[in-house]
Amino acid sequence: MAKVSVQSGDFDAAAEARALSAGRADVGAVVSFIGLCRDEGGRLAALEIEHYSGMAEAEIERVVAEAESRWPLLGVTAIHRFGSIAPGEQIVLVAAASSHRGAAFAAAEMLMDYLKTRAPFWKRARLKDGSSEGWVEAKSADDEQASRWDA
Amino acid sequence: MKAVYFAWVRERIGKAEEEIHPPAEVTNVGELIGWLTTLGEGYAYAFEKASVIRAAIDRTHVKADAKIAGAREIAFFPPMTGG
Repeated sequence: MAKVSVQSGDFDAAAEARALSAGRADVGAVVSFIGLCRDEGGRLAALEIEHYSGMAEAEIERVVAEAESRWPLLGVTAIHRFGSIAPGEQIVLVAAASSHRGAAFAAAEMLMDYLKTRAPFWKRARLKDGSSEGWVEAKSADDEQASRWDA
Repeated sequence: MKAVYFAWVRERIGKAEEEIHPPAEVTNVGELIGWLTTLGEGYAYAFEKASVIRAAIDRTHVKADAKIAGAREIAFFPPMTGG
């Protein structure tokens, strides 16, 4: 039911969202979220995203299973890219399908909050002036955001 | 067992992975970090703030008190910044 992918290439967000309701008539709501690479005021050349191959997939699957245990979902898709990503490019997609919008909205938000704090990815910023800003620091606000969902 | 390192933990240690052979008295993740810091300057630098370091055993997040017996792969990395 769930689709999880960790990949270097881009994804077709519209096609992924459509696929969640294709060929069925019980889906009443699909909520999708796309995370994009910001240009940081024009300074950023690219984000370099490192990941822990094997664990990244496993951890996203655990987060998806957690969402499925909390809400009556009819489908979930989660895609996260790694490697070099230019400003304006897509980084992450989460999409949740349900009969009603409440479950789909809540599941998509929880999936993103947990994915940011639990899935093993690390971003490094490469700047246009040739320098490296170094590793992006984790924000405590993201931990607080994620802890709202802790049982 | 195999140790794997990511992001600035990897850079500070200077390698992505290695076979490690901790002594028998090292039984949990926190003790393993303490032992690793004795292996050299890079290790000491990587683990200087042990409280921010995250760990995983066989690709599952664990806390510092997790037992390492039977582990095949132990990972150390900074807080995650995906999404």
